[in-house]
Amino acid sequence: MLDKNGIAKRIAKEVQDGYYVNLGIGIPTLVANYVRDDIEVEFQSENGVLGMGPFPFEGEEDADIINAGKQTITTLPGASFFDSAMSFAMIRGQHVDLTILGAMEVSENGDIANWKIPGKMVKGMGGAMDLVASAENIIVAMMHTNRAGESKLLKNCSLPPTGVGCVKKIVTNMAVIEVTPKGFKLLERAPGVSVEDIKNATEGDLIIDGDIPEMKF
Amino acid sequence: MINKKVDNISEALKGVSDNMTFMFGGFGLSGIPENAIADLVKRNIKGLTCISNNAGVDDFGLGLLLHQKQIKKMVSSYVGENDEFERQMLSGELDVELIPQGTLAERCRAAQAGFPAIYTPAGYGTEVAEGKETREFDGKMYVLEHAFKADFAFIKAWKGDAAGNLIFKGTARNFNPVMCGAAKITVAEVEELVPVGELDPNQIHVPGIFVQRIFQGETYEKRIEQLTVRQMST
Repeated sequence: MLDKNGIAKRIAKEVQDGYYVNLGIGIPTLVANYVRDDIEVEFQSENGVLGMGPFPFEGEEDADIINAGKQTITTLPGASFFDSAMSFAMIRGQHVDLTILGAMEVSENGDIANWKIPGKMVKGMGGAMDLVASAENIIVAMMHTNRAGESKLLKNCSLPPTGVGCVKKIVTNMAVIEVTPKGFKLLERAPGVSVEDIKNATEGDLIIDGDIPEMKF
Repeated sequence: MINKKVDNISEALKGVSDNMTFMFGGFGLSGIPENAIADLVKRNIKGLTCISNNAGVDDFGLGLLLHQKQIKKMVSSYVGENDEFERQMLSGELDVELIPQGTLAERCRAAQAGFPAIYTPAGYGTEVAEGKETREFDGKMYVLEHAFKADFAFIKAWKGDAAGNLIFKGTARNFNPVMCGAAKITVAEVEELVPVGELDPNQIHVPGIFVQRIFQGETYEKRIEQLTVRQMST
């Protein structure tokens, strides 16, 4: 079973040379730590920066330079700032190559829910609805089950959706799963996790085609 | 040169009154019009509809207006990190319309650019699209979203001049440029009001035509919401 960093490390393998990538808050943010350093990648943050660098050293923070999580950041050579309309033009116009975001639930047909728990949590969707409605390449990073131990990979989302039919791939602490027109397809197992374990932790139907390899990092 | 400079904040906010609709630039606490907000708190006008990506924190930004119960309705994309906001929303005192961040930006830009509405894929199939017109283009579904109508837009820029030209710094730019000219009156406050002619016309982010009033803010706290640093050893 992987921890959050393990999930990020596996997702980092999906990031290719020349990609513009938008990382959501939480596990997705960790992906930046594991991207190979022999490829060129630029990170976009939807509040208006492309070419985001690491967090600043203490004393070098600037209130005017933050990411979408409102954290202080730095920029790398070649970076740019822009307004919110242009930022979402990059997203909606499909200029961003890869979007990695967290989720509370994903359904067999690729619906994603991550913005609202009616009666409990209403913080808003931020840029998530724009991202999932437009991105061609969306990877969801999440734990396979919630804190109560219930599956987050469902036949149908029980929470209000953020977008419909949009998720293509899911990387969890247990597995890599592709969302196909026929439903969830198991691609890889996390180290020490059996196909049976994954089946038991997945409420939606799981397509298992031949031997399922263990993840490589 | 058409002069947009006003002498003080009181003149800058002349005409604001109860039950108006205001736009506020800023993302989180970055790039918010701190001086305009402080003056609105002082005036204590009520029943406001506020279009702003976020609602501030409990003791800063739009949180100050919420604290005095000046806001009737918020139109935002993300409203976490604010206990008073949550309390007012759950008790029904505050009306809240949550919309996708890109839609918020584009509804401002539509108002600025003279479009009555725009089609966006964001929110299709979700509760955001309920009751809204949808349409298919090239096999994909889109939602019709209308341009905002606002009385005042309160903007914060880094530098500006009396002609109303504006330059922003870093990610404090965010919603500010798309709200300029998107309301009946745009009030821009700047950290530094420089003499006309000093700003390079090649470097202007927002031309003065979109701004009706400009002034230099008295002070800027520029509070950091999530101070995050890395260790020196790496």
